[in-house]
Amino acid sequence: MDYPLWLIPALPLAGFLLNGAASLFFGWRRAAAATARWRAEHPDEEHGHGEAPGAQAHASHAPGAAHGDDHAHGGGHGHQGPALPWLERLFYGVVGVGSVGLAAVLSFGVVVPFVKESLASAHGLPPAVEVVYQWFSSAGYTVDVAFRLDALSALMLAFVTFVGTLIHLYSVGYMQNEEGYGRFFAYLNLFMFSMLILVMADNLPMLFIGWEGVGLCSYLLIGYYYDKDFAAAAGKKAFVTNRVGDFGMLLGIFGVYALFGTGSFSFLDAAKAGAVSGAGPLSVYAVCALLFLGACGKSAQVPLYVWLPDAMAGPTPVSALIHAATMVTAGVYLVARTSALFVLAPDALTLVAWVGAGTAFFAATIGLAQNDIKKVLAYSTVSQLGYMFLACGVGAFAAGMFHVFTHAFFKACLFLGSGSVIHALHHEQDMRRMGGLWRRTPVTAWTMAFATIAIAGLPPFAGFFSKDLILGSAFGAGHPLLFGVGLVTAGLTAFYMTRLARMTFAGEFRGPEDVKSRIHESPLTITVPLVVLAALSAVAGLVGVPAVLGGTNVFGRFLAPSLAHVPEHHVSHATEYLLMGLSVAAAVAGIVLAWRWYGQAGATEETPSAPARAFSERTGLLGRLVANKWNVDEGIEALVLGPFRAIGRFLWRGFDALFIDGIANASAFLVELAGDLIRFFTTGNVRNYALTFTLGLLALAVYVWIR
Amino acid sequence: MPGLAHWVGLSFVLFTIGVVGVLARRNLLTVLMSIELILNAVNINLVAFSRQIGDVGGHVLAVFVITVAAGEAAIGLAIVLALYRLKGSVNIEDASEMKG
Amino acid sequence: MPFPLSDTLLILPELFLTTAGLVLLLRATAVGKAGERSIALLSVASLVVTGLLLWVPAALAGGAARPAFGGMIAVDRYSAFFKVLVLVAAAVTILFSLRFLGTSPYPSGEYYGLILFSTVGMLFMAAGTHLASIYVALELMALSQYVLAGYFKQETKSIEAAAKYFILGAFSSGILLYGLSLVYGATGTLDLAAVSQALAQGPRTPLMVVGVVLVACGLFFKIASAPFHVWAPDVYEGAPTPISAFFAVGPKLAAYAILARIFFEGFGPSAGDWSRVVAASAALTMVVGNVGALMQSNVKRMLGYSSIGHAGYALLGLLGYGTEYGLWSILIYLTAYALMNLGAFGLVVLLEAKGYAGESVDDFNGLAKKNPWAAAAMVVFLLSLAGIPPTAGFVGKYFLFSAAMKAGWVWLAILAVLMSVVSLFYYFRIARAMYLVEGEGELKWREEPAVTAAIAVCAAGTLLVGILPQPLVALARTCLLP
Repeated sequence: MDYPLWLIPALPLAGFLLNGAASLFFGWRRAAAATARWRAEHPDEEHGHGEAPGAQAHASHAPGAAHGDDHAHGGGHGHQGPALPWLERLFYGVVGVGSVGLAAVLSFGVVVPFVKESLASAHGLPPAVEVVYQWFSSAGYTVDVAFRLDALSALMLAFVTFVGTLIHLYSVGYMQNEEGYGRFFAYLNLFMFSMLILVMADNLPMLFIGWEGVGLCSYLLIGYYYDKDFAAAAGKKAFVTNRVGDFGMLLGIFGVYALFGTGSFSFLDAAKAGAVSGAGPLSVYAVCALLFLGACGKSAQVPLYVWLPDAMAGPTPVSALIHAATMVTAGVYLVARTSALFVLAPDALTLVAWVGAGTAFFAATIGLAQNDIKKVLAYSTVSQLGYMFLACGVGAFAAGMFHVFTHAFFKACLFLGSGSVIHALHHEQDMRRMGGLWRRTPVTAWTMAFATIAIAGLPPFAGFFSKDLILGSAFGAGHPLLFGVGLVTAGLTAFYMTRLARMTFAGEFRGPEDVKSRIHESPLTITVPLVVLAALSAVAGLVGVPAVLGGTNVFGRFLAPSLAHVPEHHVSHATEYLLMGLSVAAAVAGIVLAWRWYGQAGATEETPSAPARAFSERTGLLGRLVANKWNVDEGIEALVLGPFRAIGRFLWRGFDALFIDGIANASAFLVELAGDLIRFFTTGNVRNYALTFTLGLLALAVYVWIR
Repeated sequence: MPGLAHWVGLSFVLFTIGVVGVLARRNLLTVLMSIELILNAVNINLVAFSRQIGDVGGHVLAVFVITVAAGEAAIGLAIVLALYRLKGSVNIEDASEMKG
Repeated sequence: MPFPLSDTLLILPELFLTTAGLVLLLRATAVGKAGERSIALLSVASLVVTGLLLWVPAALAGGAARPAFGGMIAVDRYSAFFKVLVLVAAAVTILFSLRFLGTSPYPSGEYYGLILFSTVGMLFMAAGTHLASIYVALELMALSQYVLAGYFKQETKSIEAAAKYFILGAFSSGILLYGLSLVYGATGTLDLAAVSQALAQGPRTPLMVVGVVLVACGLFFKIASAPFHVWAPDVYEGAPTPISAFFAVGPKLAAYAILARIFFEGFGPSAGDWSRVVAASAALTMVVGNVGALMQSNVKRMLGYSSIGHAGYALLGLLGYGTEYGLWSILIYLTAYALMNLGAFGLVVLLEAKGYAGESVDDFNGLAKKNPWAAAAMVVFLLSLAGIPPTAGFVGKYFLFSAAMKAGWVWLAILAVLMSVVSLFYYFRIARAMYLVEGEGELKWREEPAVTAAIAVCAAGTLLVGILPQPLVALARTCLLP
């Protein structure tokens, strides 16, 4: 490569700066123009009394009453104000897509030769580290701004920039009527920058900066419709939940420093050599558990998953890019990246595996009964992330990353497809008011069908290979129980995805007539990314065909140098065929069951919600529990928040009012007293000042003399 | 014949008078004069030490101090004048508008 | 001690700047008020040329410290570092003054001339290695500044500031001189290196201790550290705002240059004595500056108190004498200090409509809506002043506090952190006013590209040092005293 690596993240950063500056500038000019208009209309009023008119013009959106979706229903088109001038829109689009697209081109220019050479050599290429500058150095602890290119970061780099470019392109069409178009692209570019810093960082502090950066962008983009309460609340929920994880993550980074004396990823080599300085296995376990807590927050694992479904309040491209394909996989990336450390603490790996498996199953059950199309996909994402952690936990880090890779394509495709559906139905997200869309939106329907088959795990689509690899690894590593959970989850996945497809695309349309007449296929900027992603959902798995099917796991061989070396557990070909058969059977069972249950059962115009009811009717109490998301939010409310509130109330009324307020008031009083004292001595009279001088001088002289 | 101790003692007395003058007098002109006293105390010290040690450095610095003191007096008087024009008084306590 | 005539080349920048100041003074009488802008721009140009001319003595010295004029001054990287900072501060001050002075009835020649002369004083202060040359340079700087403080002679506040500054300044330099004379008596020399030798050999005499304490106190006045700080808020409030910015930065930089040089190079052997003075004053200064600022509603006054607090932080660096952090942490901090304070004062300059209006915190109300760029720049300065990454202020404080810890002054470092927390309150009052309070009425704003450019440079520098500290750290490490 003949250009430096730092150029790749620098491009989206430049895009962010340009778009941010432009949208600030144009926003300011619009506000100024509004002020001028307001003045012209109110010539007799004195300048600027009352509210600032510019601000008034800006904040006059009606608050949307809708809940839980990314667009306001009906009249509350808060953000769909007057369209921006086309030239301004073009600028945002070109800068936004262009910077990310160029970054993608550059990263492929780096990654493709790397992959070629790596696969050609026997043990892969050593990581290429590019130190841009020394960030700071103090007392033996040096942190460089350094980028790392090895198999793991090459993989992330390739699919993050690729999927990112597609989704940026998609956003051009999807967001075109938004007033905050420029702001949206600025945030999205900032996200790409942070994500690239995260995956290319050569040390933990820098990774953490990217980590926090993507968290910030996630918060900003979830709360993109900031004048809607639910969006703002969802943003806050995501932010707070992630802070819990980041707390662990930060402690974990300190722990790594304590163990190895460095934050640079060179510590992984030390870990591989077993050179942990001065600490027992317990503290390695603690460090891993803390890092994993961070991963749980970012990747929405139990118990920190609650923010991700709410995050669907953001615009759909955001859900696809940040909350499905890229950011949420950062936790898996972190575990894979530090796999050399994790294998030193087998208990930590067991923890990872069980949290992953539990999350996979748990979230899948909730997904069974959701009616909001994006919520189904959100729970599905949580569940699939659980699979990835399950893989890491049984030592199959490559399998986990493989699932990250394939999942990025089919889940992005599903989200973008759902966005296309929502777009076609004019901001309808409830699947009970859909149906029969495949006639009107064939491209969306076909692409989503591909992605659905992929996630359900039917061969030879992408999801089959990665999921099968995970299940096989779990079984092979001697965890039949984990395998069982994974298998059941695979069936559930197939079920809820078929349900989604069936309720959305098949049957008859159940929504209002006026909407029906306006259903339309989305523009090219939306369908082209869909087609590309659907194609990849179909074929991306072919890079990891297992040996038993006559292929070679190129993917695993490529990644191996970056991951911890875990002894492979070989199972016989017969067992492998059996496992595959089981997982395919589970998927087929799920598909068939869902297709039957959600057929035309009672789906007339009079009872549009009949298909949705089918599930709980057929499954009784359990089904109702599932439909209520296992009452987790209520449980957290009752078991965690409730007691906390009670304690809080006690602390507020009793402890706080008397004690803390006492301290706070006392310290405020003391500070104020000190301030008054200072003011008292600052009399304004020079003679007093000179006196202060002299007394101070005498005091200091005495203080020094009597030491 | 007075010795070093006498000169340094005289200097200290002058210095103290000067400091007390700055602290105690309200009239800006008197304050200016007190400052001159401090500088002259310094000069006596410098010259006395210089002679005792046999080094001309102190003498030279004393000449510089005298020169600078002249400049200082000029600027000080200009400020007194400006204050008098605005306030009609050279009482330093009349210039205590800013405080706190 | 004789010296070769070629030594004059070593002070070529200073000679040039003095000449330029005299020429501009004369030229201003010829062109009058109408040619004010040209005078100001020529002043900036001469400061830039002076900065370029710094290369001549540096080349002659060849990178090593070279004494000149029989040991009166030294040409070394340490002084060059301070000289560049001082020149930048002076140039920014002049840019700030452009429109400010133009709307006032006062002549411009003397104003810019005095700034240049004061700058010459600072340049010599940075270089001085002999107590006599240091004193004369200090007075050259101070005398020019007394006049500048009272430059708006029709304004009572300005004259009051001048009177206070003058009386206390003259008083403190008297005390400094008395201390110098005692040190001279105790060591028999005024040359810093020789003073150091004499101190190392001789016993700890009362004469010496009192001398050191008096010198320290005289210099503490110039950096406005408690209890010698009382003049600062009044003078900053009363002086014309660009001059306040100059006072807050220029003299402090120069005074720190000589403070560190006198303490490290001259009084090094009696570090046990002066470090106690420094520690006591640092503790008091941090508390007084930050708590005092809490109570202010006038932004200039608040920045005055805040700069007192910052002087206290910087004193921590002096305590690092003998540790690896000592001096260069001060160099880094003062760079950050100069950038962020000049920037913050620059925004006050822009906000001041006429006279002394626009100084209240309330005048910042709603600035974010009216001028988002200005508000964003102010936030950068406030973050930096409060010491929050990624800004220069954080980097500076980090190294200063490390220096205090390394030198064993843990309680001072803790106090410094606590006081930084206190400082958040008053800095964020301005941020709050800009972003959360609706502004009333029209923005009173002086559109002036020169000021905007100067502020932009300060903001960029503040961020750059915060994000990329290493080049500055590396540079500062090569600019230490021998």
